[in-house]
Amino acid sequence: MTVNWYLIVSAMIFALGAAGVMIRRNPLVILLCLELMLNAGNLALIGFSRMWGDGAGEIFAIVVMVIAACEVAIGLGIIVALYRRRLPVDVDELRELHG
Amino acid sequence: MTFLFFFIFAGFALAGAAGVVVLRNPFYCVLSLVVHLISLALLFLLLEAQFVAVAQIVVYAGAVMVLYVFVVAYVGGGDKPDQLWSASPRQKALAIGFASLIFIELAIAILGTALSSLGTEGAELSATYGTPSEIGELLLTDYLLAFELASMLLLIAAIGAVALAGRRGGIAENEGNLSPRHGVVHTPSPAATGSMAEGVSGYGVTTPLPDPQFEGRELQQPTRETAEDDR
Repeated sequence: MTVNWYLIVSAMIFALGAAGVMIRRNPLVILLCLELMLNAGNLALIGFSRMWGDGAGEIFAIVVMVIAACEVAIGLGIIVALYRRRLPVDVDELRELHG
Repeated sequence: MTFLFFFIFAGFALAGAAGVVVLRNPFYCVLSLVVHLISLALLFLLLEAQFVAVAQIVVYAGAVMVLYVFVVAYVGGGDKPDQLWSASPRQKALAIGFASLIFIELAIAILGTALSSLGTEGAELSATYGTPSEIGELLLTDYLLAFELASMLLLIAAIGAVALAGRRGGIAENEGNLSPRHGVVHTPSPAATGSMAEGVSGYGVTTPLPDPQFEGRELQQPTRETAEDDR
C-alpha cells in the first residue's frame, strides 16, 4: 500500500471540490466544497507524514482543521447576515461588489 | 487486507464528495459531507494517524457539521430547479474542464515526477507515532507558535461570527430604524420557519424580498420585532 494511492484519491477529492466551487450557486454548498478541498489537502499531508515517519504532517493537518473551522464560522455568519437582510442567498445575484 | 479497506473507504470518500457537488438539496449535501468526513477519518486510521482520525470525527463530522445543519435549517433555500447549476451550460462545461485539468495536473505531479520514488511502504514508525502524547509534545515544543496563533485565530473567528450573525439588520449604519432601503423590514415568518422539515423540503422556503408595492403598508404595522424593541 504505497502513498501514491492516497495522493491520487486526494487529487480526485480536490478536483471534485474545485468543480463544485465553480459550478454551484448556493454559498452554503460552495462552503461545503471548500471543505472538500481542505480535506483533500489534509489527506495528502497525513499520507506524507506516514511516509516520512514523523508527526509534523499531523500537526499541519490539525492546523488546517483549525483554519477550516474558522472559515466555517465566518462564512456561515455571513450567510446568516445575508438571510436576515432578505438578500438572495445566491452568489450569481450578489453582484454589488462586481463594479 | 489493507488494500481492500483502502478501496472501500476511498470509494465512500469519493462518493460523498461527488454527492456534495451533485445533490440538489443543501441538507443532503451536508449529510453527504458527513459520510465523506467519516470515511476520510477511516483512511487516516489506515495511515496510522489515530489522533487526527478521532479529531476529524469529533470536531469535523460532529461539531462543524452540526453548525452547518443548523444554518441550513435556518436559511433553508434549496436551489430552485432552474438554478441548480450556473446560469449558462457553457460555464458548467468550463468548470468541469478546469476541474479535470486540475486533476490531470496533480496526477502528473504525483505519478510523473521524482515523487513516485516515494512509492514504498514508508519509514519505520516509532511506537508513539500518531498518539496523543506525540501530538501534544510536538504542539508544545516545536510548533508552539503555530499552536498559539491557531488559538488566537479561533478566538478572532468566534468574535467575528458573533458580530456578523448577531446583528439584527446587517452591516448598515442606521440599522435600527426600519428603512426599506436597507431591507430590514421584518415580515412575520411562516409557521414552519427554521424547522428541520423546512430544511429538507427544499426550494421555495426562503421568504421573497418584500414587494415594493406593499412595503409602505408593512412599515405602518408594528411587527413582532419592533414591538419587542419598544418594550
